[in-house]
Amino acid sequence: MNEVTKIDGIGSSVRRTEDKKFLTGKGKYTDDINRPGQVQAYFLRSDVAHAKIKKIDIKNAQSAPGVVGVFTGDDIAADKVGGPICGWVVPCRDGSATKEPPHPLLAQGKVRFVGDAIAVVLAETAEQAKSGAELIDVDYEELSPVVDFENAGDGAQIHDEVPNNCYFDWELGDEKATADALSGAKKIVKLRVRNNRLVPNAMEPRCALAEFDNLDDSYTLHTTSQNPHLTRLVLAAFMFAIPESKLRVIAPDVGGGFGSKIYVYIEEAVCVWASKKVGRPVKWTADRTQAFLTDCHGRDHVNDVQLGLDENNKIVGLRVDTVCNLGAYLSAFSVVVPTYLHGTLLSGQYDIPAIYTNVKGMATNTVNVDAYRGAGRPEATYLLERTMETAAREVGMDPAEFRRINFIPKDAFPYQTQVALQYDIGDYEPHLDKAMEMIDYFNFEKRRAEAAKRGMYRGIGISSYIEACGLAPSAVVGALGGRVGQWESASVRVNPTGTISVFTGSHSHGQGHATTFAQIVADKLGIPMENVEVVHGDTDKTPFGMGSYGSRSLASGGSAISKAVDKIINKSKKIAAHLLEASEDDIDFKDGKFVVGGTDKEKAFGEIALAAYVPHNYPLETLEPGLEENAFYDPTNFVYPSGTHIAEVEVDPATGVVQVVDWAACDDFGNLVNPMIVEGQVHGGIAQGIGQALLEDAHYDENGQLLTASYMDYCMPRADDLPSFKVGYTTTPSTVNDLGVKGCGEAGAIASPPALINAVIDALSPLGVTDMSMPATPQKVWKAIQDSQSVAAE
Amino acid sequence: MGEISLKLNGKLETRDVADNTLLVDFIREHVGLTGTHVGCDTSQCGACVIHLDGVSVKACTILAKQAEGADITTIEGLADGDALHPMQEAFHENHGLQCGFCTPGMVMSAVEMVTKNKDISEDEIREGLEGNICRCTGYHNIVQSVKAGAAKMGGKN
Repeated sequence: MNEVTKIDGIGSSVRRTEDKKFLTGKGKYTDDINRPGQVQAYFLRSDVAHAKIKKIDIKNAQSAPGVVGVFTGDDIAADKVGGPICGWVVPCRDGSATKEPPHPLLAQGKVRFVGDAIAVVLAETAEQAKSGAELIDVDYEELSPVVDFENAGDGAQIHDEVPNNCYFDWELGDEKATADALSGAKKIVKLRVRNNRLVPNAMEPRCALAEFDNLDDSYTLHTTSQNPHLTRLVLAAFMFAIPESKLRVIAPDVGGGFGSKIYVYIEEAVCVWASKKVGRPVKWTADRTQAFLTDCHGRDHVNDVQLGLDENNKIVGLRVDTVCNLGAYLSAFSVVVPTYLHGTLLSGQYDIPAIYTNVKGMATNTVNVDAYRGAGRPEATYLLERTMETAAREVGMDPAEFRRINFIPKDAFPYQTQVALQYDIGDYEPHLDKAMEMIDYFNFEKRRAEAAKRGMYRGIGISSYIEACGLAPSAVVGALGGRVGQWESASVRVNPTGTISVFTGSHSHGQGHATTFAQIVADKLGIPMENVEVVHGDTDKTPFGMGSYGSRSLASGGSAISKAVDKIINKSKKIAAHLLEASEDDIDFKDGKFVVGGTDKEKAFGEIALAAYVPHNYPLETLEPGLEENAFYDPTNFVYPSGTHIAEVEVDPATGVVQVVDWAACDDFGNLVNPMIVEGQVHGGIAQGIGQALLEDAHYDENGQLLTASYMDYCMPRADDLPSFKVGYTTTPSTVNDLGVKGCGEAGAIASPPALINAVIDALSPLGVTDMSMPATPQKVWKAIQDSQSVAAE
Repeated sequence: MGEISLKLNGKLETRDVADNTLLVDFIREHVGLTGTHVGCDTSQCGACVIHLDGVSVKACTILAKQAEGADITTIEGLADGDALHPMQEAFHENHGLQCGFCTPGMVMSAVEMVTKNKDISEDEIREGLEGNICRCTGYHNIVQSVKAGAAKMGGKN
């Protein structure tokens, strides 16, 4: 653990500065904002999954009460407004490129999923807009819907540009070396796992409020975004072909994201477009059903795994063949999630000499699939940790020991995996040991026996995960098909009285940046935290930045802030040297004071700030006045958090209900800036992982109707579904950044599903159960118990 | 349309609204108090919980008209001036909130739960919060917050 030197400095669990507004109802989310004269937008959406649109009749809607305008795809096309773009593409095995079909803002000639927007109705009230939309007559010619992504290649073609409904067929690793390794293996463990489809479900539904100012021909968009600058870039450069300066994007308080608010959605763009068209501000707020139907979903993979072992149970090779569902259109990061954020993680914490993976990304008549907390890494971890568990059982080893003998040894770092990544640092045995201690692993069998006396099946399951976050460096990202940079920006302004305003390109939607970032600045400058304000979320105020996703905010955004503060300190030393009539080399900076080494001559930080802005005694001939610095930080590598989570469950054979009775998480996030906030991130991630493993499943029927489109049907984790969590840490500081930090936002969601499913299987192992798919619902578990008993009876 | 009068955080509010106006829309859109949130359309998420005559109610489940003459407290009315309610303080001290969207409903539910049962147990807290969904915290720190809030409000657990 870090040495905590200051009560509100790095390493201290400072209570969050942003809390009070949220606790008193003073938060300002997009839907809380209204503009005089605004109209409300309602989107008419397709209620069929796949159809040609023969005719749209908007006449009756146009004359409905309160309706101000009705527009269709033809109106958008007439104004030559572009659609959403894909931010990352990959090459295919056959040398061809990823197939990128157009994604019109409003349907043009065809609808491709239930929820695809066909028309927008603007009216004085939301109710009038909705009533107006009901009067639109759409004449469809229905086509055969493609829902089963594994067999999508045989289905009706969804896009002219995407033959066999396959967006890409990508590979990574050495196929021949892996085949050779597997053919020489003493044992091959085979497993087929499915990563169930999830809906991110940030509690704040998406919302947009766009206004057009005809005096200077500019737009302002308030929107629920994790990255307002990217939103502005995509809207300005790719959709509307206007200078960025003509569009201000503000993401005020945002009620959770989890990936779903990374991308520019068609609704935001249509609101911007329509605000000029009707000359009034346009507001749109999703209800929860629209969120289910149109927010990008997550996961939805099937993986076929082959793991080869030698006579000592050491892994010799791994092959994974994956088919994944990307939905009706290619969303911004949909291609990178199952490829470079998934295939590259397949080595996990293990020393695997040969790895090969192939991933096919399929089009279906379901909503787009893109990043959801963990984004590719949970899928990789799930298949690997399920396979490790299965392998350990098959060779008769304790799952912890089987992992241990296959861990990358501590002295092997930096470690080059066979799937492109080079892990800079890690030490895996300590977090396995600590997690085992936290959950009292060695006394588990006593607890199992005690539970059995009560008629309950008790099980324990391990997951040792690796994560790669803070995607970088930009040049590598570009070489791999990324179309954006992966740096982060910060501007640190010292005000004349010595208070600080930090402008960050990161965005907080629950992560507590206002607190964590202020701690970094306060610690480095030796000033009280309350003297530091953190500004984010407004393109008119903050430097161009990439926003928050992929657990990058601290590793990339925090490091940018740290670098900007270093520049402030360097300039301040020059000012101090002048004021103290000393050489710059003799100035030391400590605890907020600039001191001439070996003397009692000193200047406080506040005095330097004042001198910079009131430069009456100042080296103006060599130094500019003022004290404000920018930093753009492009990391040299990913950061690699790792850890071990152990779940303990009890299964009630009468009902099939799985109760999570204990949870130990031991993570290595490098140095912690605010352990309280980190722990909260871990809790939230685990909860989402337990949701995936036990409760959540986005289910489309064979006609492409989403059967789980409300909280009545989609089972969200609630307080009484979850236990309290034991959270601990080990620390190997990242070597990539000066702060030694990694990332913690996604770890819980990455680690937890396999731990839980492994525990369920362990619980039922006395019955001969060896597999369980997610979500392990009571019905599924009960049926597995019944089936095992009928097998036993035969 | 019809006139609705009710007491909101101690102040009489009278508005002329459509008969089918939900109480939550009356509070958010007509009075302009936006601390009460709407997170779903099926009365499942609890982001809109308010107190109506001292009882916690999902404000999306009733019409404004049904609240005629009622005494309503929203999250904005919980603190005493600058002094936070003990439950608000407890959420702050125990990191019981992240994005803040579910928080008003959580706090309002928690206050009512503890008011009725000041010696509330962890199991009772988890069961009592069944109607409030949080996607950020995993509930661990919310449960800790409610426990701490209960202690501040005079509970013994």
